Amino acid sequence: MKPLYQAFSVARKDLAVEFRTKESLNAAAAFSVAILLLFSFAFDPFSDTIHELAGGLLWLTFAFAGALVFNRGFSRELPNECLDTLLASPLEPSSLLIGKAIGVFFLLLIVEVISLCVFGIFYGMRWWLHPGELALTCGLTTWGIAIVGSVFGALTVNLRLRELMLPVIIYPLLIPLLIGAIETTNTLLIEQPFTGYEWLWAKVLLVFDIVFTSLAVALAETILVN
Amino acid sequence: MREKLAIALAAAGGALLVYNLYQMFLVLPDEAMQGAIYRILFFHAPAAIVGMVGYFVALTFSVLYLSSKDLRWDSLAASIVEVSLVFSLINICTGSIWARIIWGIWWTWDYRLTSALVCVLIFAGYLMLRRAIDEPTQRGRLSAALCIFGCVDVVIVWKSIEWFRNQHPGPVLSIRTGGGHMDPAMERIFWLNGLALLLIAIALVLIRTRQEATTREIDSLRRLAHAV
Repeated sequence: MKPLYQAFSVARKDLAVEFRTKESLNAAAAFSVAILLLFSFAFDPFSDTIHELAGGLLWLTFAFAGALVFNRGFSRELPNECLDTLLASPLEPSSLLIGKAIGVFFLLLIVEVISLCVFGIFYGMRWWLHPGELALTCGLTTWGIAIVGSVFGALTVNLRLRELMLPVIIYPLLIPLLIGAIETTNTLLIEQPFTGYEWLWAKVLLVFDIVFTSLAVALAETILVN
Repeated sequence: MREKLAIALAAAGGALLVYNLYQMFLVLPDEAMQGAIYRILFFHAPAAIVGMVGYFVALTFSVLYLSSKDLRWDSLAASIVEVSLVFSLINICTGSIWARIIWGIWWTWDYRLTSALVCVLIFAGYLMLRRAIDEPTQRGRLSAALCIFGCVDVVIVWKSIEWFRNQHPGPVLSIRTGGGHMDPAMERIFWLNGLALLLIAIALVLIRTRQEATTREIDSLRRLAHAV
């Protein structure tokens, strides 16, 4: 239990810092709302076809907003050599990585709740009809974004062209996860419950999370300590 | 020695390719349903196999680099990814030409095609990342991690025709179906062409690895000159 406790301690610290400054949370939430607003000019918000596109619009918004959140995760630790101090502490490298991902996960969930409320108002979507399935989709997908974002945020933290390289690396890796999220969310936004097809995608999301989290834990020392 | 081996492998691959082309165009008949265009399969699928095998070999060398910190493994992994990417692009382009003739469209958002394109994007990102980092150990560490994560998509590309309902044709090779889907004479040329492409790929990797070693030497001399 010690590594998990350490991970939650790191997440608690990150969330406390974030709630105090609200740097990335404000930026990500404002960005999501602005993007959803812009989409309303690209498509007729009350046409029938919007229901087929809604899942895609939402998850593209969340994935781009996610970049603003996980970009800050490790770069916040650079001033005053906080990252070196964290690595020199008795903290397990995997706990540090998972803790950062948990922090990103909760911040992204807040952005998603805000965006869903705005989306419901602007586009007349009743997304709350199947809350269990929606929570499962959001939880699994957000964790996938958080863990991949944290791993590559850590790897590129000292990189000169960090802001340019991070999206080039991360978004192709996230495509299988985003396809699954879009497929399941589209069904929920046309107010239908999950059938076998959507449950298959939910399993794909779960497998993605398990594989990438396992790889992240296995490579944590290599990613951070070196 | 390495140069001679590369030349020998390229020559053997080239000779085999000439023999295969003779068999494909002058010996084998047209396919009953598809006509002459089916011959593109002799390049399309072997290029995909060589590409995917290459990514897994690069994964092995990436793990070796992370465990030993020997930059030669990193150079080898990078060279293999570069050559594999070329074969993946051949696979996508030939597939697109086949799709235009048979389906009437250049591209469809089928899971096999999409995952193959994603795979190309991931490993193109790998090469871009390597160009963006000057420090060799940081470059090796980051690209090795990306290669390991990227290989998850290679598994998806490989298994997608079994996991999902696709417009892309299902498995036809007898090692996956038990036989009966492809004429044995055609399958023989398929594997021979796979071997020809593999020999050419290995020759390209050897040449590319030599270039990487030269680049490393020049870098270390430059550092030494700066230090002095």
